[in-house]
Amino acid sequence: MRDLDFSDEPPRFKGKVITDQLAGSITRVEELAYIIRIEEVMTKTLITISPDAPMSDVVELLREKRISGVPVVENDELAGLISTEDLIKCLINGELNSPVRKYMTTDLVFLNSFDYLTEAMKTFARTGLGRLPVLDENKKLVGIITKGDITYGFLKALEHDYHEEEVRRYRASHLFEDIESDRTSLILRYVINHYDFMHGGAASSNIKKALLRLGAHPQLARRIGIAVYEAEMNLIIHADHGGSIHVEIEPHQISIYAWDDGPGIEDVKEAMKPGYSTATEEIRELGFGAGMGLFNISRCVDEMKLESEIGKGTQLSMKVYLKDDESVGEGYQSEKE
Amino acid sequence: MNVSELIDITQGQLLTKKSCLDPDREIKGGCSADLMSDVLAYIQPDAVLMTGLINPQVVRTAQMADVAAIVFVRGKMPPDETIKLAEESEIPLISSPFGMYELSGRLHQTGLPSLENAIED
Repeated sequence: MRDLDFSDEPPRFKGKVITDQLAGSITRVEELAYIIRIEEVMTKTLITISPDAPMSDVVELLREKRISGVPVVENDELAGLISTEDLIKCLINGELNSPVRKYMTTDLVFLNSFDYLTEAMKTFARTGLGRLPVLDENKKLVGIITKGDITYGFLKALEHDYHEEEVRRYRASHLFEDIESDRTSLILRYVINHYDFMHGGAASSNIKKALLRLGAHPQLARRIGIAVYEAEMNLIIHADHGGSIHVEIEPHQISIYAWDDGPGIEDVKEAMKPGYSTATEEIRELGFGAGMGLFNISRCVDEMKLESEIGKGTQLSMKVYLKDDESVGEGYQSEKE
Repeated sequence: MNVSELIDITQGQLLTKKSCLDPDREIKGGCSADLMSDVLAYIQPDAVLMTGLINPQVVRTAQMADVAAIVFVRGKMPPDETIKLAEESEIPLISSPFGMYELSGRLHQTGLPSLENAIED
C-alpha cells in the first residue's frame, strides 16, 4: 500500500508502475474521501484534561498514554489543546505547577464529525497540524482525528469493499481468460414450477444479473432477459409439470434451452404468429397470454428453434451470438449505464 | 424528468421506500400498457411504465425491460409482494389517482415522449 497523500500537489504516480489494480485503488481512495465521514474513523475514546490541572499532570498523561497532545475540556466544552510543544515552553519557564490554562492553545482548528474525510485531509494539509479535535453539531467534543486514523479508515474500507466487490466483479468479467480448454462454457440451470406466479421471472432476473456481472453489454443482457422471461412465463403458464431452463454461456455465444414434458403445442407454426394464444381468461387477467411471447423471443435472439410433440413436451432453443467487443467473461467489461 | 417530478405531475404517492430511490435516474419517456408481453416487445429502456396491473410480474417485466419507474393508474394499490420485489430491484412504484388516458396525456403534455417502439434488432 502506498502512502496516502495529504498535500495539495499529489506526486503519487511518480516512479511507480501503475498496475490495473493500483489504478483501481487510487480512484477508490479518492471516492472514499467523499463517502466516509469523520465520525466513522475518529478516535472516540477521549483522553482529556481540565484547564485547572497542573502542567505536571500533562507530563504524566502524555507519557502514560504515549500521545503528543490532549484536548482541554471545561464544563463539557472544548476549551483548548495542549501539546508537547506547549509543554516545552512551560519547562523552559520552569512552571510545572502552573495550570494548563496558562499554556494551552486556544486558537483552535477543529473538524465537524458529520463532514467527510476530504475536509479533514484538506485541513491537515493547510495547517500542518498532527491532530484535530472533532465536534458534533452541538459543538460538543466527540473525538480526535489524526492522519493515521484516516489512513486506517481508508485501508479498512478498501479491504472491505474493494476486495469484496471490485475483485469479485473483476474476476467474473475475466472468468474465461485463464481457463484453457478447447471449448469453455458456464452453465446455469433453473427449475421452473407450474403456476408459480409468485416466483415467475426470478430465473430470468438472475440470468440477467449474471450476464451483467460477466461483463455483458446492458443491451445484450436486456435482450436475453426479455427472451428468457417470456420462455419462463410460458413454462409457468402452459407446462403441466413446469420445466427447466439451462443457459450456456460461452465468450462468444449464449445458448438458452427451455423444455418441459407436456402438454405440447399442437401447431408450432401457428403458435409463432403474433397474437395467437391458448391462454385462459385467468392468465390474461395477470397480463399474459397476449400471444406475443414466442414472437417477442424471435425478435430478441439471433436463432430460435421450437420443437413440440403433443403428449411429449416442448423444447425451445435460443442462441445469441456476441461480437468480439461484446464477449462475456473475457475482460471486455462494458461500461455501466 | 426524475422520479420526484414524476410524483408531482401524477399527483401520486410513492409506495416504495425513499431509500430505494435514485434521485438522479433520468426518466426518458413513457409507455402505457396492461399486457406485459406488449411491454416487453415495445418499451425502450429508461421509460416510466403506466399500468393497471399490480401483480409482481409487473416488476419482473420492468426489471427485464430496464424500466425506470412504474405508475399504477386509477389509485390502484399493489400487494406487498409487488412492493417488496420493487424495493429489491430498486424500481420506484407510484400510485396515481388518474386513469391511464388522463395520466398519459398529462405526462405527454410536459414533453415526455413515447418510448413505445419496436425492439432494436
